[in-house]
Amino acid sequence: MKFKVNNNEVFASTGGRPFDKKKPLIIFVHGSGLTHMTWVLQTRYFAFHGYNALAIDLPGHGLSSGESLKSIEEMADWVNDVIDAVGHKEASLVGHSQGCLVTVECTSRYPNKIKTLSLMGGAGAIPMNPELLSLAENNDPKAVDLMMDWAHGPAGHFGGHPVPGLYHINTGTMLAKSRTIQNTLGVDFRACDNYKNGFEAAKNIKCPTLSILATDDKMCPVKEGKKLASLIDGSQVDIIDNCGHMMLLEEADRVLTVLKKFITTNYPPLSS
Amino acid sequence: MSDKKKELKPNTYKFDTLSLHAGYQPHKNAGSRQVPIYQTTSYLFDDVDHAAALFNLERGGHIYSRISNPTVGVLEERVASLEGGTAALATSSGMSAIFLTVMTLCEAGDHLVVSSQLYGGTVNLFRLTLPKFGIKCTFVKPRDTEGFKKAIQKNTKGIFGELVGNPGNEIMNMPEIAKIAHDAGIPLMVDATYQTPYLCKPFEHGADIVIHSLTKWMAGHGSSMAGILVEGGKFDWMQNDKFPTMTKPYEGYHGLSFAEEFGPTAFTMKARAEGMRDFGPCLSPQNAWNVLQGIETLSVRMKKHCSNAEEMVKYLSNHESVAWVSHPSVPDHPDHELAKKLLPNGRGSMIAFGIKGGKDAGVAFINNVKLASHLANVGDTRTLVIHPASGTHSQMDEATLKFAGLSHDMIRLSVGIEDIDDIKNDFEIGFRAARKPRLVSNQ
Repeated sequence: MKFKVNNNEVFASTGGRPFDKKKPLIIFVHGSGLTHMTWVLQTRYFAFHGYNALAIDLPGHGLSSGESLKSIEEMADWVNDVIDAVGHKEASLVGHSQGCLVTVECTSRYPNKIKTLSLMGGAGAIPMNPELLSLAENNDPKAVDLMMDWAHGPAGHFGGHPVPGLYHINTGTMLAKSRTIQNTLGVDFRACDNYKNGFEAAKNIKCPTLSILATDDKMCPVKEGKKLASLIDGSQVDIIDNCGHMMLLEEADRVLTVLKKFITTNYPPLSS
Repeated sequence: MSDKKKELKPNTYKFDTLSLHAGYQPHKNAGSRQVPIYQTTSYLFDDVDHAAALFNLERGGHIYSRISNPTVGVLEERVASLEGGTAALATSSGMSAIFLTVMTLCEAGDHLVVSSQLYGGTVNLFRLTLPKFGIKCTFVKPRDTEGFKKAIQKNTKGIFGELVGNPGNEIMNMPEIAKIAHDAGIPLMVDATYQTPYLCKPFEHGADIVIHSLTKWMAGHGSSMAGILVEGGKFDWMQNDKFPTMTKPYEGYHGLSFAEEFGPTAFTMKARAEGMRDFGPCLSPQNAWNVLQGIETLSVRMKKHCSNAEEMVKYLSNHESVAWVSHPSVPDHPDHELAKKLLPNGRGSMIAFGIKGGKDAGVAFINNVKLASHLANVGDTRTLVIHPASGTHSQMDEATLKFAGLSHDMIRLSVGIEDIDDIKNDFEIGFRAARKPRLVSNQ
């Protein structure tokens, strides 16, 4: 579906179901340089089981217009604006990687609106390798190739996509190259590198929170994810073996099973 | 110790490694080092909810082997990885891959621009069969790049061609034709069977969909039929209103928009969800496994195919019984320079040559070679020969043969990986017979 936030058109996948204001809202926030399509193996399930699942394209990404937002704080406020724009008073948030920084900050800023928080491959800070940051800001496609290398675990490098016939790494590469790299990945990496408030923001979070971490995640290692989770009261942690940072694709079924249990328990769907 | 900073390099696996490993994780398959053959029609559901989720594309997984199969899935991922594509869909043959591609792209009333130099079966599909489905085609000679542009109509949905035409070895100027297609907002579909991804990766030159008859060099051993379509993932289906079945809600899946939902893999998802469901040209797991065995040695075999082919080009070019030789490695081949650019790892192992004495000499040659096999296939490990005018393209009339660039003296040679001296010795037997065609044919 398309709607406007701050006069810019926003695209969000609804998981193949029409948006229905009566249903509880889950917002999925993608990682650096990526798009709503990274969530396809999670959103469709929720969309068909009593929720409005909105996998958003951040401004300037995927099918959304406007320019990329330059800070995690701006993105957090923008997610709050999305909730308002679609006519809801509350939402459950799910983030991946940079999307975790955004959703942590948003939950901290708008505690009354956010009912559950699910973090995948999250950390309190994501400092960037200076060379990788420079490549992305200079529009070098090598930045995408490096990101795809580091983002997939050893097993993920062989493929084994849960959807028959799809090849992880090349699909991710195409998503990250679908818009001008310096305007998406470059801006996002800089925003991640600049963001310093993650651990403080986490201390303010009181809603049920889940962290899904992966043993082979080189971008947000398990110890960093656990450190963030330890600052959030009652946070649940689930660790996936033999999996890298792209757990939402590499181990899509496992992620969906854990996510489904957590969200349906803490933020029940509209019963049919 | 040097203080020079180490340059960052992606450590994703390279071609030869992907040929052996891509698409398969042993730890998810009982530790089996070899890809298991999942000889089954169907797959247990955990519960009713799980079944509904699979049917509704909410989860990845397998339902019924017409739609997908784990062994076939490994092959699909492996070929996608080697091509640099996002996704692939394997089929029962190369022809079914072409048919499925067209039926995923087009509806009745649509039009395609098609290279005229194609395998005879493909010509008949575009010329005679697709019009029965309301899909019309305009044929353009592969070297007539401007002709492709002129042939595009308002209802044209794509351009199709073989990168190196069968059997005349004319090469499409893929980068220029891709630009023409993209300027018109339509995709370029390339049959790259002759090249395999070892010799050329068409996505790097602008193609959007790549098709292979895996039966040929990819499988390589003449044992199994298989085809595949591979998606490049760059084509924007939403850029115009030409592809409503990709971009508009699809009734068959609760209003799903393939382009919105699956982006760089939308075409393959639609081809599988709709095409395999409705047409069903599925690949058997045994044949998928056979093809996987072939792909494991693809680069090793292709090097030998190409070196033997270049030796045969030299031998034929200097032979008194040969009127002409067509192979992109020949300096006076009209596409020699283009071939250097598009096929840097080798120019392939398909040679067309004209035998002095015309059709009778050609028939005598074919009937007398002993090592080379006379059959309707290419890309076997063994050397193959055929006389196209009386074989693969025999269903064409004179005018169509001429338009397809075929002559009665043409012999199509698929060079195998035998010892090169043995191939040459065998050809000497054929040429000797060809010089006395009447005598031999009366034996």
